[in-house]
Amino acid sequence: MSPRVTYRDAMREALREALQRDPRVFLMGEDVGMYGGSYAVSKGLLAEFGPERIRDTPLSELGFVGAGIGAALGGMRPIVEIMTVNFSLLALDQLVNTAASLRHMSGGQFHVPLVVRMATGAGRQLAAQHSHSLEGWYAHVPGLRVLAPATVEDARDMLWPALQEEDPVIIFEHALLYNVEGPLEPGAGADIRHARIRRPGRDLTVVTFGGMLNPVLGATEELARAGIEAEVIDLRVLRPLDDATICASVRRTHRVLIVDEEWRSGSLAAEISARIMEQAFFELDAPVQRLCGAEVPVPYARHLEEAALPRTPAIVEAARRLVGVAGAAP
Amino acid sequence: MIEVKLPSLGADMDEGTLLEWRVHPGDEVSKGDILAVVDTTKAALDVECWHSGKVFDLLVEPGRTMKVGTPMLRLLEPGENAASIPPARVPAAPAPPPAVTAPPAAARRPVSPAARRRADELKVSLDSIQGTGPDGAVTLKDVEAAAQARPGRDRAADMRRLIAAAMSRSKREIPHYYQTDDVPLAAATEWLRTTNLGRPITERILLAALFIRAVAEAARRHPDMNGFYVADEFRPSAPVHVGMAIALRGGGLIAPAIHSAEQKSVTEIMRDLSDLVARTRAGKLRRDELADPTITLTSLGDESVRAVHGVIYAPQVALVGIGQVRERAWVSNGAVVAMPVVTITLAADHRVSDGHAGARFLADIGERLQHPEKL
Amino acid sequence: MNPVTYPREQCLELVWQMLRIRRFEEACAQLYGEGKIRGFLHLYIGEEAVAVGALPVLQPDDAVVATYREHAHALLRGMPARTIMAEMFGKSTGCCRGRGGSMHLFDAATRFYGGNAIVGGGLPMAVGLALADRMQGRTRVTACFFGDGAVAEGVFHESMNLAALWKLPVMFCCENNLYAMGTALARSESQTDLCIKAASYGMPTHRADGMDVVAVREAALAAADEVRAGRGPQFVEFRTYRYRAHSMYDPDLYRDKAEIEEWKKRGPLHSFTDQLKRQGLFSEADFEGLESRAEAELKEAIAFAEGSAPEPVADLYKDVRAAEVSAS
Repeated sequence: MSPRVTYRDAMREALREALQRDPRVFLMGEDVGMYGGSYAVSKGLLAEFGPERIRDTPLSELGFVGAGIGAALGGMRPIVEIMTVNFSLLALDQLVNTAASLRHMSGGQFHVPLVVRMATGAGRQLAAQHSHSLEGWYAHVPGLRVLAPATVEDARDMLWPALQEEDPVIIFEHALLYNVEGPLEPGAGADIRHARIRRPGRDLTVVTFGGMLNPVLGATEELARAGIEAEVIDLRVLRPLDDATICASVRRTHRVLIVDEEWRSGSLAAEISARIMEQAFFELDAPVQRLCGAEVPVPYARHLEEAALPRTPAIVEAARRLVGVAGAAP
Repeated sequence: MIEVKLPSLGADMDEGTLLEWRVHPGDEVSKGDILAVVDTTKAALDVECWHSGKVFDLLVEPGRTMKVGTPMLRLLEPGENAASIPPARVPAAPAPPPAVTAPPAAARRPVSPAARRRADELKVSLDSIQGTGPDGAVTLKDVEAAAQARPGRDRAADMRRLIAAAMSRSKREIPHYYQTDDVPLAAATEWLRTTNLGRPITERILLAALFIRAVAEAARRHPDMNGFYVADEFRPSAPVHVGMAIALRGGGLIAPAIHSAEQKSVTEIMRDLSDLVARTRAGKLRRDELADPTITLTSLGDESVRAVHGVIYAPQVALVGIGQVRERAWVSNGAVVAMPVVTITLAADHRVSDGHAGARFLADIGERLQHPEKL
Repeated sequence: MNPVTYPREQCLELVWQMLRIRRFEEACAQLYGEGKIRGFLHLYIGEEAVAVGALPVLQPDDAVVATYREHAHALLRGMPARTIMAEMFGKSTGCCRGRGGSMHLFDAATRFYGGNAIVGGGLPMAVGLALADRMQGRTRVTACFFGDGAVAEGVFHESMNLAALWKLPVMFCCENNLYAMGTALARSESQTDLCIKAASYGMPTHRADGMDVVAVREAALAAADEVRAGRGPQFVEFRTYRYRAHSMYDPDLYRDKAEIEEWKKRGPLHSFTDQLKRQGLFSEADFEGLESRAEAELKEAIAFAEGSAPEPVADLYKDVRAAEVSAS
């Protein structure tokens, strides 16, 4: 029986292991040291590794992300923590114009082995400026690899291979996952190339990632009681997308629902849908459906926030409509 | 001679309009001098001279709009002779492309992409299919149901391909040998007549049931004829599942099994046979009925052929053929009499049995048909 | 200009570098008009003394971070003119194999980190390079060049603060040519004394006349020595002027022609050679010799660029990320 740990502890273990294994690795970001990390991920690491390697920064996202790029160019393996994806917009220039572009722009002479971690997502009544999901913006950018660990095992195991990449990697950690407990089989999440089928099924494919994985798995249990067997794909890697795993599933089920907390317009859900059209159009037995976050800045009030996010009943309903049993009693 | 062309002064500059010339033919110019002023979308810009020389001629008039790269003026290089210069040509601007309007699109009924492709594969017409998907869309399931329900040429073609593959394999792999015997059926037909007297039409027994029963009984006693040849060895079967070759209305042939026929009475076999024929023709056979006959019987009794030399269904090892029952001249107890006679043939796998075994098996079938009451 | 105390050979070298850069830039302008060079092209004409004075004080293993007006810095760092020219021609023999163009020259061999076309974009990179040196116990200098426009960017202030806070070995070299593209310093900054901005982060500052190659060199030497001695980042402002427009397609409507003519009188190349001539350190024959050397270098570079093959389109996706070693 594998031990059960929280996502937060798994992530901290991953950081600790990386800091122990490679002297080039250091963690830099706002309140990662004395405070222990705004989500307590790096709690205790300052005492263990010292202020050079657990480096508190001023509130200068653009500056310290840029410094992370420079340090990576200078032979280090920096892990830069940005408190949330919302604040990462202040650093977008350095991430897109420098980190992601440098290898190509320099004709392969320079590359940026930088790992940037950030929290993402809504669900805690933090309102618009702390709740957005912008993974797709980063997944849009050639030169980046974008990861979204949704399980404890992935939280534990995706960091080290990310640090072995020669080029920048962005890791999105959904804020609702930090307290989630799960089994931990060492090494199980070490693949940063492929999506995973979290549940097999024959009637439809549900593609999702990050914070939406657990609501989706909850919905599939309810669907199973109604005789609908949904196959659940956890993308894990948002760029480059694992088209092969998605399309192989479409060939089995012929129906696809994409559940994505992002805004629908121009979302990853849109991209995945388009790829299915391009690569598996003749496998489709119904139009690809998307269930996304409502297109509003995420509101504060609990009932409004809930209404703005894809939740289990809506996932169940969308799946039922897709397989053509809307209204049928379970 | 140096031709000075309208320079491209920016990534987004495609053309310019000459505002004024700053030089005249005959002027001496040097590197860095301004030759002309050109208006662009951004502002009036200077055209700079990169050479030293003497202005020979000006090729464009002020007010003229020209593409980047259009020759504007010609310079004589130091020491160059004006007499050697040919006349200049300035290209004209191209006409803009004409506008087009698109015709309106026709309405199209909703068919899922997967359904459309499957319909194409199965050669099913989408027009005849009622859609059950969202907005009445035709789905994969709708197409497959339509294909299943449809008699016809295409299913027959599929069947033909299957038979072709199976028979070719059999003839390629199985060394057949054939034997034939004529069997008198006076006792059998008489027994059927009396047995059927008291029965309603639906329960009457046909000669075919007797043949099946006789073959099953003989096969039980001659295990070399009953089983499968797989992986270079013969695996005899204890139960005798007799495959009955049944012709399909749409064409083709199928040989579903009557299971454990060696343990069934003629009446039971008859009931199974009726059921099997009905279900075969309705396309409602179970998978195991198709997969597991241990020996096959083919009867062309309805056709006017005397004998059938059949092809064994691999991996089975024997096939019994029944021809048409005919009244023939038959010698019985030293006298020629009229007698219903059938020609029974055996096709058997020489890897498993020899002619001697085949002959005894065939003789056993014939002998049993002389005692229908014991069947 | 003050009397020059450098040996003649060193003076000739300074003239040579300024002249070859001037000729290189002029050739670029012409080739641009002919359509051989495309994209944006920013010329350094008028500012030569800054790069020529500052770059050579660096050691081979120091790092240089520059801007989109960086041909001079690349040449001074030791990149061959031919690979720079081929890059601007978009050829496979260019330093970045046609991926960068004029604004994105890079050279790993000389630790030349470009070639950054986001104003202020190179500053935090320089901070990070210096941080890596510090964490790995190396005493190298990272020289970061940027214009006066960059000081208006937030990232300038973030970088100043980080470098000063962590006492990192960076030499910040502000090439103040008085215009951020078309906006004069006084029209965009409430405080036009740029050294005060750096000083507010507790950073030592230096200032030099950017039209005087000797003054530039002395200021750069002093700053680099401080950095190398471990006394943290230094800020150096070089007051200079570009003669030509911001980039090629620039009507130059924002400044008087008279202002340009006034600055040209103080031109770094002729004011230095005039002074040398007065001191008897330089002759017209020296100038002719350097001119023909510059011409030869350029001719060779252009012929090389012209004659080089374009990068194959089949390699379009090359160098977006490291090639996958295996599909594990």
